[in-house]
Amino acid sequence: MVANTPAVPDTPIHLTDPHVVAEHIKTQYPDAVEAVSAQCIVLKKEHLLDVARYLHDNLAFDYLNNVTSVDWLDHFEVVYHLSSMERGGAPLTLKVNTPRDNPSVPSLVPVYRGADFQEREVYDMMGIRFEGHPYLRRILMWEGFEGYPLRKDYKEPYYEEEKKPFGSRWDQGYHILAEDRNPWHDNVQYPANFDALAYQPPRDTVPVVEATRAALTRLRTDKIVLNFGPQHPSTHGVLRLKVTLDGETVYAVEPVFGYLHRNHEKIGERNTYLGNMPFTDRLDYFNAMANNLAYAITVEKMLGIKPPERAEYIRVIMAELSRWQNHASALGFIYNELGAFYTPFMYAFEERELILDLFEAVAGSRMMCNYMRFGGVARDVTDDFIDKCKYLVNERLPRRTDELEAYMAKNELFLSRAKNIGILPRDLAINYSTAGPVLRASGVKYDIRRAEPYSIYDRFEFDIPTGTVGDLYDRFMVRFAEMRQSIKILKQALEQIPPGEIMTGKKNYQVRVPKGDAYGRAENPKGELGFYVVSDGSANPYRYHVRAPSFINLTALNQMCLGHKVADMIVILGSIDIVMGEVDR
Amino acid sequence: MALGLLNGLRYTASRLVKTYLSDLKHLGRRYDDALLKERQSVRGSGIFTVQYPEERLPAPENFRFIPFLVYEPALDENGQPKIDPTTGKPVIGKQRCTACGICAKVCPPQCIWIVRATTPEGKPKPQPAEFYIDIDVCMNCGLCAEFCPFDAIKMDHVYELAGYERQSHIFDIHTLSKPASYHAQIHPTDWAREEAERKAKAKK
Amino acid sequence: MSQEQKPIPMQGMLSEEEWLAEQARRSVWTGPLNKFIDLLDLIYNWGRRNSIWPMGFGLACCAIEMICTSATRFDIARFGMELFRATPRQADLMIVAGTLTKKMAPAVVRLYNQMAEPKYVVAMGACASGGGPFKEGYNVVSGVDKLIPVDVYVPGCPPTPQALLYGLMQLQKKIDRQSIREVPWYRKGISEGVPEPILGPDLIDARRLEEITAFTADPEKLAARALQLHKPTKGEKKE
Repeated sequence: MVANTPAVPDTPIHLTDPHVVAEHIKTQYPDAVEAVSAQCIVLKKEHLLDVARYLHDNLAFDYLNNVTSVDWLDHFEVVYHLSSMERGGAPLTLKVNTPRDNPSVPSLVPVYRGADFQEREVYDMMGIRFEGHPYLRRILMWEGFEGYPLRKDYKEPYYEEEKKPFGSRWDQGYHILAEDRNPWHDNVQYPANFDALAYQPPRDTVPVVEATRAALTRLRTDKIVLNFGPQHPSTHGVLRLKVTLDGETVYAVEPVFGYLHRNHEKIGERNTYLGNMPFTDRLDYFNAMANNLAYAITVEKMLGIKPPERAEYIRVIMAELSRWQNHASALGFIYNELGAFYTPFMYAFEERELILDLFEAVAGSRMMCNYMRFGGVARDVTDDFIDKCKYLVNERLPRRTDELEAYMAKNELFLSRAKNIGILPRDLAINYSTAGPVLRASGVKYDIRRAEPYSIYDRFEFDIPTGTVGDLYDRFMVRFAEMRQSIKILKQALEQIPPGEIMTGKKNYQVRVPKGDAYGRAENPKGELGFYVVSDGSANPYRYHVRAPSFINLTALNQMCLGHKVADMIVILGSIDIVMGEVDR
Repeated sequence: MALGLLNGLRYTASRLVKTYLSDLKHLGRRYDDALLKERQSVRGSGIFTVQYPEERLPAPENFRFIPFLVYEPALDENGQPKIDPTTGKPVIGKQRCTACGICAKVCPPQCIWIVRATTPEGKPKPQPAEFYIDIDVCMNCGLCAEFCPFDAIKMDHVYELAGYERQSHIFDIHTLSKPASYHAQIHPTDWAREEAERKAKAKK
Repeated sequence: MSQEQKPIPMQGMLSEEEWLAEQARRSVWTGPLNKFIDLLDLIYNWGRRNSIWPMGFGLACCAIEMICTSATRFDIARFGMELFRATPRQADLMIVAGTLTKKMAPAVVRLYNQMAEPKYVVAMGACASGGGPFKEGYNVVSGVDKLIPVDVYVPGCPPTPQALLYGLMQLQKKIDRQSIREVPWYRKGISEGVPEPILGPDLIDARRLEEITAFTADPEKLAARALQLHKPTKGEKKE
């Protein structure tokens, strides 16, 4: 099932094995590799950029999945995951160590443009400087914030204990509000001798843009910076864009986020493994089922357990239903941005409500499902559910998909506004680490369900729709095609679902994961959702990082908007289909 | 020719007409629960709106909102539950909760506070002296109900909790306690399964 | 007129007759004019409560439930609230749907100040009411009422659309009880807005600048204040 055509002639196929890759690296840079194991390659940080360039140019590792960092108390470790679009398979893990004081690592932005926002996030959260990064500033917190939050010695203002469960809740758990434990009666802390009366916050800046005009006119015009603020009518949440405009033409777009940064990773380190499951619901709050699935398969990879057959089929059904309703909503929202004030999105939401009814009947909540467990699912589905689901999948969903396509995809106004707008060429799409429909619309036939199959996706027959040009129209039509493929998978799953158990092993709330780390990923409707979990053998994760697809897809926004008008910029943003809970975590 | 546009307009117009026609069909049966169930089901058609507050979508059995504690009511000499004349609720006979603390440990945002009761000599008693849930922190995940070994805490269906001030958002043991008959009423299949398990265990 | 001006007590603290007598005593309008004002109140409040225009201000997951409330199934247009204005200057109601983070706090306060009176705030969800499950985070403000006054709290995570509609109905009841005799926007003078918080080493509330400067300069005072506020020891009950 894995697309196995070698990208470069005379390249061995099993290049996902770190030992094999390390041999190749040693031929060029003999002293670059510090250590190699069955899981990862540890490099010396001086050679990182050269090795990355070598891997990118010669061994066809053209896609950077993930950049993250771990605080090991005496040193920092920066972890990279690379993969290849043609070869597929599990990503290759590279690690680089840097000392605790004055930590710095060379930046990979010259080779992989998708590392841009992720390195800024590592700088913001851990304080590691990246040399060579074009614009190294804080991304999730604001300039002027004191402290690097994800370091192990950073204690937040409402800090109670190192790990949950807290001892203050049981046995002698007298209720106390968190505000009452803090001297400011609020979730704040200030450095010593802070003069609040004289404090001036740092000025907001825009990166300097050098751009040439195609045709010079005699009129000397200036560029203005428009602030497309965190609150605006398009339904994407709190995203701020600083747009440099010349008249109506966009010269540069700088997205500013962090307005919904809810400290998911720091809270995740304090939670137990099971306690993180309801928090993953709130990442991409449209597809709670799919987020749960990605987290469950990551931890199951580390525990080495597999769910029973019935649970696997139930998981696939839930994930594909979630995909259908996400794409239907996304298409409705794109039409919102185009100006069709809410009508198409109301039509799409009808079927979405019926799907949410099904989720509510099984999992208990319309959106925050908290349904998957390590080794299976929480509750069994009834025959009534299967019957309703079959009716939906065989009758209503195909009919609605056809109606929506006939209604939305041939509209002349839409075609004139969508064709050749926001083009993202194929090689740039890969270099910017985009994933999901954005990547496939640019012509890359890559889907994690085929490249590194998880759950039981290797048993189903489905196609991977791709676009040709990579413009707005392609991203729109790829989502329609994916909705049809979801219905195809659902039909097969509903036919084949066997009776049986829904959980491997007993119900356990104190899951202890053996020492090690793992990167597990799933094909979410918005892209590749990855979880990088490091365990030290206890009941709480040591490091918990979320590779959010919307966050990384936004790196390509600047490229896609260049030269277009402001009105197009908003629709291009809608076509990437972001959700701020995932961007900011 | 703007065929795509006209097609879209035709679609919208046909939907408009169809909804009015279906409304006419059901004209005499406004606010009818049986009709609501039919309209809101997968096979329904016509107006999709739920006319809250006259019509309420019933919550399915697994629906979870805020937890509540289950108690067995005190029985009088005929075996019927005694009713407290001031509140109208059954008198608390025995709380099922033994203050084991598993729900407080498993709660992801740690919104449960339990104080275990002590006997007059100072030894711990398997009863909660105080039990607080802060519903401004509760994320309605249901893990407490899932892992309680005594079926003592379950998820409630009441969602109409809006108020004008925040002080009432800390539920103490009196607000949280509801009789077992209420649990049987809102979770019928779970109740049947639990009773069967209890009888099987009692037989052994 | 009496010599000492007693402060006007709030409605909830007096009985019905006492409150009415108090209103009559201090109000210039007496007798049949009072009844006319009551009639005016009825019409005025009826118009206002049936056409509250919310501002589209969804922050997080609760925003999706707000959108579902405005969709076809739980039609919010039946309450007159279907017109979500994009700009705060034309809106009556700010439904804070989602977690309020410190980075977003200045924007929220600025939007609240830009709304024209009469204005209302509904804190939707556990996060807006009191911090929610993310309360322990370093970037989360524990409840939107730390910055702006809130009229109705709707708990839940997320509150289902029916729960939000119930909350909006409570807001309508609150509007029904208001009277033009004591509403703040018919008083003399300009109503002050809420000062915007500043983003410094941490979120700085602009109303507490002296307090912050004083206490951070003296770490013992700060530590003493922290001790005095909390820490029930084993066996000590909280009242």
